[in-house]
Amino acid sequence: MSDKKPRLLKINILRFDPHDPDDFPHMETFEIQEAYGMTLYIVLNAIREHHDNSLMFDFVCRAGICGSCSMLVNGRPTLACRTLTSKLDENITLAPLPLFKLIKDLSIYSGEWMRYLNEHLETWIHDKESELNVDKIEERMDPDLADEIYELDRCIECGCCVAGCGTIQMRPKFTGAVGLNKIARYHLDPRDKRSDEEYYELIGNEDGVFGCMTLLGCEDVCPKDLPLQSKIAYLRRMMIKTGLK
Amino acid sequence: MNIIYTDVLVIGGGLAGLRVATGVKERGHDVVVLTLVPPKRSHSAAAQGGMQASLANSKMGEGDNEDVHFSDTIKGSDWGADQEVARMFTHCAPKAIRELAHWGVPWSRVKRGDRTAIINAQKVTITEKDEAHGLITARDFGGTKKWRTCYTSDGTGHSMLYAMDNKAHEDKVEIHERLEAMSLIHENGRCCGAIARNLMSGELVAYVSKATTIATGGYGRIYSVSTNAIICQGMGQAIALETGVATLGNMEAIQFHPTAIVPVGILTTEGCRGDGGLLLDKDGYRFMPDYEPEKKELASRDVVSRRMTEHIRKGKGVKSRYGDHLWLDITILGREHIEKNLREVKEICENFLGIDPAVDWIPVRPTQHYSMGGIRTKYTGESQTLKGLYSCGEAACWDLHGFNRLGGNSVSETVVSGMLVAEYISDFCDSQESSINIHSSTIEKFLKIQEDKITALLTKENGEDAYVLRRRMEEIMMDKVGIFRNGDDLKDAVDELEELLKRSKNIEVFRSKSRAANPALVNAYRTQKMIKIALTVAYGALLRTESRGAHSREDYPSRDDANWLKRTITSWENEEQTLPTVNYEDIDISKMELPPGFRGYGKDLTKHNTDTHTRQIIVDAVTDKLKKEGASRMEIQNALMPFIDKLPKKYQGINERLGENV
Repeated sequence: MSDKKPRLLKINILRFDPHDPDDFPHMETFEIQEAYGMTLYIVLNAIREHHDNSLMFDFVCRAGICGSCSMLVNGRPTLACRTLTSKLDENITLAPLPLFKLIKDLSIYSGEWMRYLNEHLETWIHDKESELNVDKIEERMDPDLADEIYELDRCIECGCCVAGCGTIQMRPKFTGAVGLNKIARYHLDPRDKRSDEEYYELIGNEDGVFGCMTLLGCEDVCPKDLPLQSKIAYLRRMMIKTGLK
Repeated sequence: MNIIYTDVLVIGGGLAGLRVATGVKERGHDVVVLTLVPPKRSHSAAAQGGMQASLANSKMGEGDNEDVHFSDTIKGSDWGADQEVARMFTHCAPKAIRELAHWGVPWSRVKRGDRTAIINAQKVTITEKDEAHGLITARDFGGTKKWRTCYTSDGTGHSMLYAMDNKAHEDKVEIHERLEAMSLIHENGRCCGAIARNLMSGELVAYVSKATTIATGGYGRIYSVSTNAIICQGMGQAIALETGVATLGNMEAIQFHPTAIVPVGILTTEGCRGDGGLLLDKDGYRFMPDYEPEKKELASRDVVSRRMTEHIRKGKGVKSRYGDHLWLDITILGREHIEKNLREVKEICENFLGIDPAVDWIPVRPTQHYSMGGIRTKYTGESQTLKGLYSCGEAACWDLHGFNRLGGNSVSETVVSGMLVAEYISDFCDSQESSINIHSSTIEKFLKIQEDKITALLTKENGEDAYVLRRRMEEIMMDKVGIFRNGDDLKDAVDELEELLKRSKNIEVFRSKSRAANPALVNAYRTQKMIKIALTVAYGALLRTESRGAHSREDYPSRDDANWLKRTITSWENEEQTLPTVNYEDIDISKMELPPGFRGYGKDLTKHNTDTHTRQIIVDAVTDKLKKEGASRMEIQNALMPFIDKLPKKYQGINERLGENV
């Protein structure tokens, strides 16, 4: 909380409205006076309210947990809501997350992409045998295992790992770290009865775990610090073993 | 005209909405979910600390059951809740959590043997039983007699929502994302669907359905500082209100959470205090024991928020450029505990405050958090006045929470009410009375109204700026309809909001004229609706001349059961009205299982109703007699206030617990 004169931030935003036939992608710059504790959430709302009310962006929780506001901040995929301006230079460049369908300006349609991923990988518990009786005491689970599953369950589908992935630039159908992490999560979960062979069918190919070039941009940019590197390595070993069976 | 037909339309893709959708789908009905954002981004994900269900697995939950959970909930509500609904809820909460465990939620589990916990600032050793090992564990939360709040670290809502959305994927539930319900289609007291706007293309679509469910959460964003996600703007309540037929209940019942960070208002979970965290003032002094010697930091939320405000008013707050605040100290819990069980809190502290909560105190103050009020429904979730309209979760007032909700009862309510309402809707859809007969010209009429409204907003000249009106509304709510309320301020608030409402009819969308993705247009029409919702809150608060739960009147400090044991029912029959119509619904003491009493906080100022004593005598007599006859607790409960028959058959079963009913 210093008494220094507040900085004047120059916010450069890549803008484009696909619904406007006359529009084309272009940069626009807005000047905002910095305030104590300012985040990009505050900056973008101030621009919309006081400079240009047509500026599109997505925030929901504004607390770093819902994954809506991922964008490129100075070229790096991250959650805008929890990015403090004090940690950035006064020239800030914002662009929509690449690879996802653009709605307008900084707003992207990541929901559609994630929905396809979840449906394709069937990211739910597969258990045909056990019939649930809601009156009965629940199935037991090892406490440490429950914690381990939660660790991987923390993914917020923000898409940063997809935007930071080198492989997906060349293989548009690549599952990406978000999907591989989900497979690791369900594979760890004893409630999911899928066999190794069934998992192999899903990711034992070049669009799955064998496509990864191990550049690991995903791990660098994951806002939740998920152990993506070790999980991808683990899945790969497991899939090789299954493939050789 | 784009018309989509379905059996069940669900507006809102959070926990409650998704649970309704999977439930009706399982019963063989077509369903479409409309949602502003991808379901996994809903505000349900923000629930951190946990879900109440009386499993009684952990040592500190021993002896817990539906009766204790029921009694905590009714006391917490300051006797405003519907006791039958609370019974249905507490009976089904264990079932809902077991269902979620089956669907993949990695609930934190009991570990056998000794562990260290912090209770009342002391290190204590808790020894967990061998036979509980691996069952779902629980933590302490405010206003509860037992440790009952089940959790996954402090990302409970996230894990529940992901499991629920994945279940919806598995069941092939149709979900239409980035669609906003603009109005309900209704005719002759029958709801037949909704007009929705595609937020990407701007297209208006009519959804025609036998049953329509609103599960859009609360209306916290009518306040300038709220822990709520920015989409919690009360649009579900507003479109119900605008039918002129559906009613809203207890809109003035607004909860302030004691510990949101300053200044941004992001929540730090009640689990912080449940796990042993303390509230400190500017001198580092732990003040809560002075006010509430028994429950201290773990009194009910409304009580803690008021005590904090009182303490700040005594000059004990920490000065900051964003106003006074207090400290939340969780350093006492140790780094290991924080990094395992309070990791979202840790991330929030790091990212938004630049502090490490294992070392530094967290600046907090009470902040708007929850809407106890909402669309008034029967216990089936159906509107009392508009047939075919259902609502559940935070959006509704079936009245589980009365005038104050217990921490951990909200995510629990989302899934419990979702699973119950799904059954009632399915029964309705299975019956002849669900068939609708609606003329296409009626649908066109409702579509045209929305079309015209949007055109008016985009073409008006010399109109009002929606942002200016909205910011003023938020300030009024914060300053005059807050934690402590009084007649003068509330009167000012209502008068000025009424003025804002009149001005809002003249809103103009400046510059940004696109009919497609256009945030200025969205802000314009939502502001018009938000001001109406704000008026229902402020006006209800002005008229209620008593203090009950979170509604605290400085000029009427007593809970007045003689005159105010009733629900506020708000409607808006005529578009030309500038104030809502307010009526009241009596809460019948003669049917209560737990007649009104003292909550146990501060001094007892209650003005009792004469029926209370009469009912208490009957309750005591019945209980004594049956106990002597050796009746079970369920038999006694059933004699006092039968509810089981109201539940869907599949959820009537008795819950197993360790050592009980097994």
